[in-house]
Amino acid sequence: MADNATFFDEMHEPGGDVREGYRDYQGWLSDQDADYLKRKSRDAETLFRRIGITFNVYGADEAEERLIPFDMVPRIITAAEWRRLSRGIEQRVRALNAFLHDLYHRQEIIRAGRVPERLFRDNPAWLSHMVGFTPPGGIYTHIVGIDLVRTGPDEFFVLEDNARTPSGVSYMLENRETMMAMFPELFMRVGVESVSNYPRRLARSLAACAPNCATGKPNLAVLTPGIFNSAFFEHAFLAEQMGAELVEGSDLRVEGGRVAMRTTAGYKPVDVIYRRVDDEFLDPLTFNPDSVLGVPGIMDVYRSGGITIANAPGTGIADDKAIYSFMPDIVEFYTGEKPLLPNVETWRCADKESCQYVLDNLAGLVVKEVHGSGGYGMLIGPASSKRELEEFRKKLEAHPENYIAQPTLSLSTCPIFTEKGLAPRHVDLRPFVLVSPDAIDITPGGLTRVAMTKGSLVVNSSQGGGTKDTWVLKD
Amino acid sequence: MLGRTANALFWMFRYLERVDNTARMIDAGLRMALTRDLVTSEEEWRSVIAAAGQRRDYEAAHGSYTGVQAWNFMLREKSNPGSVLATFRMVRDNARQARNVLTSEVWEAVNDSWMQIRDLLAKPVGEKHVGDILGVIRQAGMLVHGAIIGTMPRDEGFHFARAGTFIERADNVARLLDIKYYLLLPSLNYVGSSLDTGQWDSVLRAVSGDRAFRWLNNAQIDARAIVQFLVFDQRFPRSLAYCHTALREHLDAIALIHGKEGDCHALMRAAVQNLDDVGVDGVFERGLHGFLLDFLATNGRVGLAISSDYRFLV
Repeated sequence: MADNATFFDEMHEPGGDVREGYRDYQGWLSDQDADYLKRKSRDAETLFRRIGITFNVYGADEAEERLIPFDMVPRIITAAEWRRLSRGIEQRVRALNAFLHDLYHRQEIIRAGRVPERLFRDNPAWLSHMVGFTPPGGIYTHIVGIDLVRTGPDEFFVLEDNARTPSGVSYMLENRETMMAMFPELFMRVGVESVSNYPRRLARSLAACAPNCATGKPNLAVLTPGIFNSAFFEHAFLAEQMGAELVEGSDLRVEGGRVAMRTTAGYKPVDVIYRRVDDEFLDPLTFNPDSVLGVPGIMDVYRSGGITIANAPGTGIADDKAIYSFMPDIVEFYTGEKPLLPNVETWRCADKESCQYVLDNLAGLVVKEVHGSGGYGMLIGPASSKRELEEFRKKLEAHPENYIAQPTLSLSTCPIFTEKGLAPRHVDLRPFVLVSPDAIDITPGGLTRVAMTKGSLVVNSSQGGGTKDTWVLKD
Repeated sequence: MLGRTANALFWMFRYLERVDNTARMIDAGLRMALTRDLVTSEEEWRSVIAAAGQRRDYEAAHGSYTGVQAWNFMLREKSNPGSVLATFRMVRDNARQARNVLTSEVWEAVNDSWMQIRDLLAKPVGEKHVGDILGVIRQAGMLVHGAIIGTMPRDEGFHFARAGTFIERADNVARLLDIKYYLLLPSLNYVGSSLDTGQWDSVLRAVSGDRAFRWLNNAQIDARAIVQFLVFDQRFPRSLAYCHTALREHLDAIALIHGKEGDCHALMRAAVQNLDDVGVDGVFERGLHGFLLDFLATNGRVGLAISSDYRFLV
């Protein structure tokens, strides 16, 4: 892999000086005893295990729960950087919602020839059930996580738009809690924007999208696949923090044109459901008939205005990796502005010439499955052996339309704490955005994912990535 | 509250009670074994396993009764679905189900205890460590009870949890009493029969009642005093009468929250009344075994009624 010197170090200038945003932190850090920090680092792990901030690993031993490694060096973003990012994120999220509304209604963007029709026609994320239907408040993506990467002082790129069910927000909150519990004095020295009211903002944002039939304070529920789901901790955490019920499919049924949950005092209607279940499993009458995770008939209730589903079914079409490469056009089409946050350059392998380029340059590219997620089924050219490259080449040649390719990005680094002191590791950033008819609300902070292995560019938790507390500094 | 969540709280505390009960039975068995010869010790472990309701599973896996085999079976063996390890996993799984209504103190008490117990029971338990491990298991129960009493809001969730504790406790104590009585006094001739005080000591120890019994009964140990104590004494927190009074109070609190009673309330009232009516003489007149079978059946019916009144299951 390339030498660290070629990557943008978020904490240090090339000469070794500490960048402005990290100065107060560095001031505190240099006062700390190395053994004390080592002890704290071990404490953090114990703390996470006790609280049970774990994720279940698919395919591993029965119900095995693992910790996502937590690194205690914060990732710091200055107020000015954040303002700029926020504007770009807001623009992007606005465009995503407009795009979804258009796709499921008049399809102006296709008529205008800016996005080819074939992209969604055969796309499994496209839901014909949503055609002509407008969700309550006109909102499709109530909760969005935009994955950003940085390559230089002013170079931020959108790597992915998570418009279906972005996860990880509980880590944003618990990482901060852990940092505040471990180093209270640090937060007296450095002014950091709070993230702790995210659950309240989420509850408010969801309530603002309640259907017209909701009377009084809307009933919110978080729909989870259950305790064996990899993100169950987060589902329970958010329900608890919002004061919402944590429901499973078996708790719900359709009754009198509403979706109702089985309480100890009988069935009570749910107004807004924050579902953490994929479209496919949402309604066995409409989608996968074998699903036991969903609610038979919920789509009928939805279409007749009896419930708000967040995020709306069918939003997956907007964060599909094949659509991604059109996002700059999409942003421009709906906002009339140039995109403030650029895309990473992307070759669509469905396109013959692009595919040839990708095949010719495989060793230098990152190739992703169009419908994949979580870092599975992905090729990182520079980190792959000759054999891996050849095997992947065969897959790519057989089904070029299933892949896109991107240059190997020079992801920025942020130091992590190791037994031998600080060491740079690659990071990305997932800010969380709440969308309601009232506002686009971006929590100042987010989830910083970090590749814990030296030189590695894969930050996914399913592949051994860790997380950091993310600080947005106060002005 | 969701019916499923109420169910999880109820069962979380039933399983917790069961874990505690199993640990105490092993403890009593150990104590007995220390003071007996090998033959009676084997008999004692057979009866401990039987009292835990694990005889069939045990005998399917083992040809003989030895202490080390018996406690390992009850603590951790894979072939025993009722082992402490398996049961504590159920405590934690139910706690996860109900996690959004548990205070962080309760959850962390369960989770911490689970991690500790899982590690302690990862390998077979030798005689040097069995006492300490039982201590940890019993403390786990106390920690969780302390956390729920000290931190949970007194809403219906609290009362479902406590109802689970007392219904399971009543069940466990009644079973223990039945097994021991059946084995030790098959003649039903309590008047003047010479008691094996060692055996009864062991029963009292298994319900943490040995000290309390002596305090409250001037150390006189006979069948009548023991039945009076374990079945009727409202001062002892594991007596059947105490468990049912507490259970009734928690069910009444739930009725108050809901503004109406269910089938379980009528059953509960009848059960408490019945216990009052029978009295200790009545128990001996009709036979302790028959009395306990009725008690267990009633207790079971109350449990089912709670489950259906409050829509625990679809």
